[in-house]
Amino acid sequence: MGTRVFITGTGIFSSIGRGVDETLASMVNGKTGIAPIRILETVHRDFPVAEIPFTDAELLALTGLSKDLPLTRTTLIAYIALKEALASAGIQQTGDERTGFISATTVGGMDKKETFYPEAATSQEWLKYIDTQDVAAHTEALADLFGFRGFITTASTACSSGANALMLGARMIKQGLLDRVVAGGNECLTRFHLNGFNSLMILDKEPCKPFDQHRAGITLGEGAGYLVLESEEMVRKEGKKVLCELTGYGNSCEAFHPTASSPDGVGAYLAMQEALKIAGLQPADIDYINAHGTGTDSNDISEGMAIQRLFGEHVPPVSSTKPFTGHTTSAAGSIEAILCTLALQEGLLFPNLNWKTQMTDLNFAPVTKLTKQALKHVMSNSFGFGGNNTSIILSKY
Amino acid sequence: MSVYIQGISCISPQRSFLSEGLSGEPVNYDTPWLSCIEPVYKEHINPTLARRLSRYIKMGVTTALTALKDAGIEMPQAVITGTGLGSTEDNEKILLAMYENQERMINPTHFIQSTHNTISSQIAIMLKCHDYNNTYVHRGFSFESALLDGMLLIAEGKSETALVGGVDAVTEGHYINYARINRWRANTNGSLRMITDKGAGVVPGEGSAHFLIGKEKSPNTCACIKSLELIYKPASSAQVIERCNRMLAENGLTPADIDLVISGNNGDTTNDFFYQEVSGQLFPDKATAYFKHLCGEYETAGAFALWLAASILKTHQIPDGILQRGVVASPLKNILIYNHHRGDQHSLYLLTAVL
Repeated sequence: MGTRVFITGTGIFSSIGRGVDETLASMVNGKTGIAPIRILETVHRDFPVAEIPFTDAELLALTGLSKDLPLTRTTLIAYIALKEALASAGIQQTGDERTGFISATTVGGMDKKETFYPEAATSQEWLKYIDTQDVAAHTEALADLFGFRGFITTASTACSSGANALMLGARMIKQGLLDRVVAGGNECLTRFHLNGFNSLMILDKEPCKPFDQHRAGITLGEGAGYLVLESEEMVRKEGKKVLCELTGYGNSCEAFHPTASSPDGVGAYLAMQEALKIAGLQPADIDYINAHGTGTDSNDISEGMAIQRLFGEHVPPVSSTKPFTGHTTSAAGSIEAILCTLALQEGLLFPNLNWKTQMTDLNFAPVTKLTKQALKHVMSNSFGFGGNNTSIILSKY
Repeated sequence: MSVYIQGISCISPQRSFLSEGLSGEPVNYDTPWLSCIEPVYKEHINPTLARRLSRYIKMGVTTALTALKDAGIEMPQAVITGTGLGSTEDNEKILLAMYENQERMINPTHFIQSTHNTISSQIAIMLKCHDYNNTYVHRGFSFESALLDGMLLIAEGKSETALVGGVDAVTEGHYINYARINRWRANTNGSLRMITDKGAGVVPGEGSAHFLIGKEKSPNTCACIKSLELIYKPASSAQVIERCNRMLAENGLTPADIDLVISGNNGDTTNDFFYQEVSGQLFPDKATAYFKHLCGEYETAGAFALWLAASILKTHQIPDGILQRGVVASPLKNILIYNHHRGDQHSLYLLTAVL
């Protein structure tokens, strides 16, 4: 049981926009962020990506922070999203013990590390960034810039990281450990993971087409998304406006293979089932699923089968928004949760772009056109490498 | 949020693995960093698999599996890992390959193993455990976050048990990297002297420790974790002292009730003052033990301290070479662990004996 958890603010920055308004406009206009590589320096220029169309120098200028600070691209992107989230929730004080900050990333400061790698032993400029390599560096840089001093941690479970940050935040509020948590994930594009995913041969040379019979893999993206979670009491005490309620969450492990999902999607099934149980809902109560839908052979069949098995006759409208934002990996869980808050607020089903051909193994097709529909409960799935599956349910308030 | 420790296992620079407490004389290291006394991994992991896994993963998986054995259970209801560094070995291999081969011919195994959740994932795959699975990577809070999450799962009634671990492994590349920003102190007179031979910087170490924590007291249960507090960048020791008093009060205790303090001093003149001030204020006459001269300084050293505390409560014996002052009360009931990493991530653990 425990206290209810409300979303009182959101902040987002990705290839489809800086801020919630720009993001919504892109979603409504069917405007994808996927394009040929412009910013990242790599030999693999034949993979489209969803980059934030600013160089590091331009991002720094947007933040207004000093160039003397050791800021990785990860931190710069996250800073901008976090700032919006706090402003949107009207948060002035961040430093109390009952406020938590839970971030998530996988590459951390790898963007700088891989750049300086050949001269790491001698470069003077690298000295400034050495302590930004690890995953937590961005969390603490942000905590210090924004004044968080309560509970601080960083989750790192690959593509489900952002969702796990939200889930931990919600649970800590429900158990009365914290009153408020700012949670979310971020990831910047790096050669490291572009090459890593490429070595697994799961990158599409065309923009990804999730749930399509001829899907050919992932389109990587970058971005950050942060949500402000507050307890019932905080909302009432401070007369906060509520965007929606975080009603359900589930975390399970595929326990099948380090990178592939099981054909029947047992992990996905369990995560979604658990989320429903926490929310006190039946499958028929879900009005929309924002799928993990990466466009890989493995994920889409696995997730699709799990959805069919769990929802049976009541498979709701499903779409993956990764053809808009790309697969933002550690940010996906929180970016897509924010898209779900927009779906709830605006009463919109977002389309699964690039879809043409029904998957022969599935009996449902995704939503392919922007559709007006009143929504009450929506589910957001994030399934990561290593079999980390997390499902979040957001409900209209 | 209290939980019982039903099983423990630790690979460290000391003789800790598959040992009822630390055995033998403390091991001294003359090398720049303390490295683990490692088991024969193929006795615990399928040899074909073991060949493919990097050292860091082998360490983590081995203590996880042996902690389960120690608890006498086959399937935990959650798997949560904390690591500060992740697999630097695999990370380095990819960077080297990218550089030498101009981003061609990257080995996918190294990429998979470089993601920080690889240990939690590998454990789950081996056990076929579909339950809650998570990984925290936050410097000196990595293990404590994992433990807190496990304690929360049990308090929520979601899980009856959780397999929680802290794993970090040093590589030469990591050492060289951070040497450039003067992170380290030279191990001039041997690791056992690191605390008394004060200086700026730390002598690094490594280790892997796992705990099967649970809601119930089982026959193998050795200790109860009553509370865990995490404090981020306290402005001064006053904040730590205040939190400590509060934590004790919430458990109906005062500093006078603590029988043994396990303190994370490492000789670093930059921030050992926290330990001295907290100890001086709250536990001036209490039996106090140090542990970092045994394992070195690293992000998940708290896991070694917890293993040490749990094994002391299990064996009712204080190993040689750790007690700095005072006489340990008998029976030993309440242990307080105070540890911080670089003066930034502080944690307080309250453990009690299980009678």
